[in-house]
Amino acid sequence: MKDVILEYVKNEYLDEDEADEIGLDENTPLITSGIVDSFSMVSLKRFLEKKYGIAIPDDQATPEAFNTVASIVELVKRHQVGKGA
Amino acid sequence: MAYPAALREAYRGELQGIREKGIYKEERYIHSPQAAGIDVEFPRGAGLKRVVNLCANNYLGLSSHPEVVAAAHRGLDERGYGMSSVRFICGTQDIHRELEKGLTAFLGTEDTILFPSCMDANGGVFEAVLNDQDVMIADRLVHASIVDGMRLCKAMQDTYKHADMKHLEQKLQEHQDKRARLIITDGVFSMDGDLAPLDQIVSLAERYQAMVFVDDSHASGFMGKTGRGTPEHFGVHGKIDIITTTLGKALGGASGGCVSGRQEIVDLCRQKARPYLFSNAVPPPIVYAAQKVLEILSASTERRDKLEANTAFWRKGLKEAGFVIKDGESPIVPIMLFNAKLSQDIARDLYAEGIYVIGFFFPVVAAGQARIRTQLSADHDIPMLADALEAFKRVGAKYGILGLDKKGIIEKYGL
Repeated sequence: MKDVILEYVKNEYLDEDEADEIGLDENTPLITSGIVDSFSMVSLKRFLEKKYGIAIPDDQATPEAFNTVASIVELVKRHQVGKGA
Repeated sequence: MAYPAALREAYRGELQGIREKGIYKEERYIHSPQAAGIDVEFPRGAGLKRVVNLCANNYLGLSSHPEVVAAAHRGLDERGYGMSSVRFICGTQDIHRELEKGLTAFLGTEDTILFPSCMDANGGVFEAVLNDQDVMIADRLVHASIVDGMRLCKAMQDTYKHADMKHLEQKLQEHQDKRARLIITDGVFSMDGDLAPLDQIVSLAERYQAMVFVDDSHASGFMGKTGRGTPEHFGVHGKIDIITTTLGKALGGASGGCVSGRQEIVDLCRQKARPYLFSNAVPPPIVYAAQKVLEILSASTERRDKLEANTAFWRKGLKEAGFVIKDGESPIVPIMLFNAKLSQDIARDLYAEGIYVIGFFFPVVAAGQARIRTQLSADHDIPMLADALEAFKRVGAKYGILGLDKKGIIEKYGL
């Protein structure tokens, strides 16, 4: 899952070579560094919901939850568990 | 009345937080009409200082033009100060409709509706014409008022990387199942001064059955050979479905804005756009003045030609001096400094030299992209700009940034 989301972030938000320049990994801050802003975050949320068949309530789609790929993975996993239960 | 002490404390804490982050905005008092040379009181209480203004949106120098001022006086005398009404109750005079027709002809569209500002036009238009079966696909650097307007609309929101046509095409392909697709962009981007590639956008829109929206606030009146804006510049005049623009920049500089475009879209705005329905009509002096501006611009391209020449001089001069600037053709010329403090220090030193500019940094622009944004006007002249250039060189030399590229400036000052 981590690699899929990293790949999405790379294609959706970064220009060619930029991912290597900044050394993008699961701990790279996305929101606080300005790579993803609240305006463009919507497509990331929609991608996760579609890809993993979950619904993330707006009050959980916070800048904190979306700040790193690691925290996004946690969020998605939480919702996948909730869905299964 | 209840204004609890705890709430007052909370507000004070928030204000203090803004100050501590160094992003507290202070107004500077100008004691003269808007122009290339202005008298400024800064800091507050200081004596007046005559400075060259390089940060106004007064692109054509019409804000204080005698003919425009005289027209506003005439509007005041003949039609009064204000309408005390929204348009659809008793706020529409014949002159409002005449101005709408004038703007329609100028912009090459089917019809136009006036709004109190372009912020209001952008706030109202999307919700009026799109619903939850539609999608809005916006360039990521569009103006804040567009972002707000999109948030008020029920259509799906999506964005594409700034001016990236490959990414836009991918998004258009993704959203083929929608009733309507609206591509949304600024004509000239206000912070970078670059242009949206409207010729390519229109061609993608035709291929993928999408409408095109352009906010041409930083272009109307001067971009394009006769100043009709970015659609004229890119040879797609008459092909844009929705144009919003302002009367608050090149076209007079007071206030007022409009949505101009397809007949049905304008008609729907007149029925449904909330900022149009629930705020007052544009006041008569502004309507008269805007008509005069259109008359001046239709009679001659002299002012936009002068602006073009000033812009070329300024861009060339800064480059030759060794500054890093954002390349482009518009009169918005950002001088890149990358480091926030450096942008503030240089702006302060330039003020001491008699040059009024503002340093912008995160969150107004992306982190690590701090800059001084300069804006040219037809009210400037070459000797004035040559002097300003010398001041920039002196301050640039003081900080040792002349001739340094992005990497060099970041190595010296950090991000």
